Amino acid sequence: MIFLQNYLLSLMMLVPMIGAFFILIIRHQDKEIEKRNIRSVALLATLATFALSCLLWAGFDNADAGFQFTENYAWIGDTVRYNIGVDGISMLFVVLTAFLMPIVVLGSWESVETRVKEYMIAFLLLETLMIGVFCALDIFLFYVFFEGGLIPMYLLIGVWGGVNRIYASFKFFLYTLLGSVLMLVAILYMYMETGTTDIPLLMTHHFAPSVQTWLWLAFFASFAVKMPMWPVHTWLPDAHVQAPTGGSVILAGVLLKMGGYGFLRFSLPMFPDASQDFAWLIFALSIIAVVYTSLVALVQEDIKKLIAYSSVAHMGFVTIGIFVFNANGIEGAIFTMLSHGVVSGALFLCVGVIYDRLHTREIKRYGGLSVNMKIYATIFVILSMASVGLPGTSGFVGEFLVLNGSFAYNSWVSFGAATGVILGAAYMLYLVRRLVFGELDKDDVKAMPDLSLREKIIFAPLIAAVFWMGIYPNSFLDPVHASVEKLISTHFAVVKHAAPAPAEMQGEHAAPAHAEHEAH
Amino acid sequence: MEVIFKYIVFLPLVGFLIAGMFGRKIGDRMSQLLTASLVTIAAVLSWVAFKNVAFGGEKYAVHVLSWVTSGDLSFNWAFKIDTLTAVMLVVVNTVSALVHWYSMGYMHEDPDKPRFFAYLSLFTFAMLMLVTSDNLVQMFFGWEGVGLASYLLIGFWFKKPSANAAAIKAFVVNRVGDFGFALGIYAVFMLTGSVMFDDIFARAGEFQNYSINFLGHDYHALTVICLLLFVGAMGKSAQLGLHTWLPDAMEGPTPVSALIHAATMVTAGVFLVARFSPVFEFSPTALHVVTIVGASTAFFAATVGLVQNDIKRVIAYSTCSQLGYMFLALGLSAYGAAIFHLFTHAFFKALLFLGAGSVIHAMHHEQDMRNMGGLWRKIPFTAGVMFVGNLAITGFPYLSGYFSKDMIIEAAYASHSAGAQYGFVLAVAAAFMTSFYSWRLWIMTFAGPGTRADHHTFDHAHEGPWTMRIPLLVLTVGAIAAGGYFAASFIGHDRFDFWNGALMTHVDDVMDHAHHVPAGVKWAPFVVMVLGAALAAWFYQRKTDLPQRTAEMWDGLYAFLLNKWYFDELYNFLFVRPAFWLGRTFWKRGDEQTIDGFGPNGVSALVAGIAARARKLQSGYVYHYAFAMIIGLAGLVTWFMASGSGH
Repeated sequence: MIFLQNYLLSLMMLVPMIGAFFILIIRHQDKEIEKRNIRSVALLATLATFALSCLLWAGFDNADAGFQFTENYAWIGDTVRYNIGVDGISMLFVVLTAFLMPIVVLGSWESVETRVKEYMIAFLLLETLMIGVFCALDIFLFYVFFEGGLIPMYLLIGVWGGVNRIYASFKFFLYTLLGSVLMLVAILYMYMETGTTDIPLLMTHHFAPSVQTWLWLAFFASFAVKMPMWPVHTWLPDAHVQAPTGGSVILAGVLLKMGGYGFLRFSLPMFPDASQDFAWLIFALSIIAVVYTSLVALVQEDIKKLIAYSSVAHMGFVTIGIFVFNANGIEGAIFTMLSHGVVSGALFLCVGVIYDRLHTREIKRYGGLSVNMKIYATIFVILSMASVGLPGTSGFVGEFLVLNGSFAYNSWVSFGAATGVILGAAYMLYLVRRLVFGELDKDDVKAMPDLSLREKIIFAPLIAAVFWMGIYPNSFLDPVHASVEKLISTHFAVVKHAAPAPAEMQGEHAAPAHAEHEAH
Repeated sequence: MEVIFKYIVFLPLVGFLIAGMFGRKIGDRMSQLLTASLVTIAAVLSWVAFKNVAFGGEKYAVHVLSWVTSGDLSFNWAFKIDTLTAVMLVVVNTVSALVHWYSMGYMHEDPDKPRFFAYLSLFTFAMLMLVTSDNLVQMFFGWEGVGLASYLLIGFWFKKPSANAAAIKAFVVNRVGDFGFALGIYAVFMLTGSVMFDDIFARAGEFQNYSINFLGHDYHALTVICLLLFVGAMGKSAQLGLHTWLPDAMEGPTPVSALIHAATMVTAGVFLVARFSPVFEFSPTALHVVTIVGASTAFFAATVGLVQNDIKRVIAYSTCSQLGYMFLALGLSAYGAAIFHLFTHAFFKALLFLGAGSVIHAMHHEQDMRNMGGLWRKIPFTAGVMFVGNLAITGFPYLSGYFSKDMIIEAAYASHSAGAQYGFVLAVAAAFMTSFYSWRLWIMTFAGPGTRADHHTFDHAHEGPWTMRIPLLVLTVGAIAAGGYFAASFIGHDRFDFWNGALMTHVDDVMDHAHHVPAGVKWAPFVVMVLGAALAAWFYQRKTDLPQRTAEMWDGLYAFLLNKWYFDELYNFLFVRPAFWLGRTFWKRGDEQTIDGFGPNGVSALVAGIAARARKLQSGYVYHYAFAMIIGLAGLVTWFMASGSGH
């Protein structure tokens, strides 16, 4: 156990690579057997990683606000080190990643028939890199994982994607490159000023406010694209539409979370003054995103595009939550990301299920699926409800906390974002109506069978997670409290005066201070 | 005792889960019996609890599970049981149990019975969570949960486009209300630092002189909170402005209309305001708004009800109108009267709806009253119980509506609060119209020597099975006796002991004053009831060409009423069409032309021009570039850092 304690995170990154290595050397004359073996190894490796992530969660000390499971070795020179660890903010993202991977492998079991070997290797490498992003405690290491993760994703879209895959992957690349180059420049500057690339050390360094502004903007460029925030979101619908199902699940489930994670790990603790100064910008863009992309989602004719646009709207809640600088907002943002990872991942799998059967994503080609695909329809409705944030499902808790946190900060923000709650219901129910309700009158749709056993196994854990997170969210909030509390108290206690008056009262129990006496 | 509340709330959930997941395995019969039995047990336990709480003076707090803790915000899954909750438990479970049994007959021919019964039980569970909650967020859970069940049940016949449209409309319009409710919760938390009812009510007085900033302006804090919560109540209880979903909700099977859209769910808004009465008491402005909205809704819905021809829609508008009465009472601080009307209304309105269901069942899904008439000879039992239901709703002396509705009208006269006179006038006018449309409905459906129905349908019209008739009978008893039996407790001299602090009750309040109004006021509801009934008989029994002639004479007014004051058209024009137009514009003009045009596509066109010169390096795969770029960058940085380290 001690060994596990000490090397758990490295092991989690290593296991997928070992799996990838075995897949590389699998050879068999019978191509079918070869494919089956490849899939089995991939499944085994991802399951093993998930098991390790459960150990991580079980061994995680909720009361400790600092980094745990740390490992620290020299890597490049004296400064750049292989320094990893998790705190309350990152731990659950590691678990989320490990949770989604076996599902993705199982979800691609039958739908990917070409270049299975390369496909699985790409996914396993992607898993290592994604876990790395959330564990890295060295800013350079982070950058390598952060950018490196894009490569398998380009490959997945570019090789196994749809008709316009080249355009989509190009767009994806162009956007992310723009952001990451600026971030790299910022990282270099930070290194030159402080002489370190150690993230915990950088968090304690106080950059001059004017410097903070520029550094914040540079990181913002990268994270805003990743989130994605309006108006740099247009790569996402294309990438989703062209990506294979598994790619979409990981894109929505994990890669989109890296932007939000980045804001929490870098922008807030390292540039607290700039974060406060730019909060208005974040709110403005986020509210625009919520309203704008919800309306766009309403008129989509492609299922995947619709869900992609809805993701942008949901990420708007995340950015709002992060930049209200109080416990409700930040914890709500983290919870929304986790929930969105599960729900939108599951929704993309739902699209995959019917795409595998009919090979179209056009909404109007479907209809009446409740008649012949009862289990599928039930699952789809449950996930839609989670997506619109129905209480009792995972979608509600995060949204509620974010809006509650933002109301205390500024009621305009809460008001603007909450309109998304109405619009979200509109576009999602409109989709449900066109997809699973209505008359079953198309012959090819009639011929579609309900979920197979494999598909049921894929959805079972996702649905369970949706309800678990909705009914007993404290399992997911408890590990987060200490780190978030530390983040706020360390970095925002000093600059509190800069916030609008109502936000001042948040942290304290003496809430009446929110309101002033008035002679009535 | 605590444990029985868990049974009351969770038995329907168990029924839902079993019927929902294993309905096809255990079969139709088993699903029906199981769900109905579980809800019936819950109903019996509810009456036990009601006796214990309302007449035994007990209160309970039941902890189930912790829910959310974040920062200073913390709330649980927990029940707060006082008289207000106990009343709601009785109403919800009784009507739900009766509707479950009734549905066995009504849905006899439907192929999807397990799903239907599962939804009914789901609804019951959510409604119970709503009324038992000890905090705002669990209430919100129930609030949206009943919305979901309502959505599923309105759209139960999901092949019908109209049912789907109605289901979405119900959910989305309710979400507009929920938007206000949610903001109200945030405001409450910001002000009081808690979402627990006990904390909020205990300290409401402390905040009566506070103001909060809402959308850039400072307002009286408790008024902001009350009005935001009231927006939620307006959505759920279909008050003027957010009422448009309720008539359309009649697309659902009739037992659903009786349970959800008459007796229980739509009264959730009334419950919310009553629950928050300790806070509303501090905001005369909010009470004023509640009064005006309630009275206006009572009047508006009654006018529309006058001219509808669909039997269910008449009752739907009637419901909307009666809910208006309840809000009027709330606005006058006559909270007990509001809940009393909620209580009696549950019986007679469920009776009327299930009676209408019985008619529809007999007429093979014919709902247009113009194709009915003379049915009393074919289904005298239904005609009889609906006759009693009409007497009850129109306030015939000593039936249940008489006690509750007259109290509201008298309280409106006696009250000196803002808008009370407006409320009184509209309430009396609405009472007149209530009588008219109720008897119009009865006469058009049952009366007359002949019939307008086609002969085949008419000849085969028959009463439903006993599972349908017994619930009707039980509700008839309630419609007759619930008012007289409980009046003293809810609104009379025993009300202080009865409510026991669950509602704001004052000695010498408006309900006391209501007993001392002039005789003319006391007689007014009775007089307009008789006039309304007489006019209906004159129009539809004696001079049957009169309705037609009147409609032609006042064709503008008639069209205005028939089209429900053009609310749907207005909202379509203001919200629905602009939303789709904006969506398309943002998508095509915003994303594709502007952002992509100047962004990636513009850049790529630029790059393509340059790249043409560097064609030798081009392999055609974007990821090659990507890979080369990243490796290049990584190499550069590595070199830079390794060589520069220790400077």
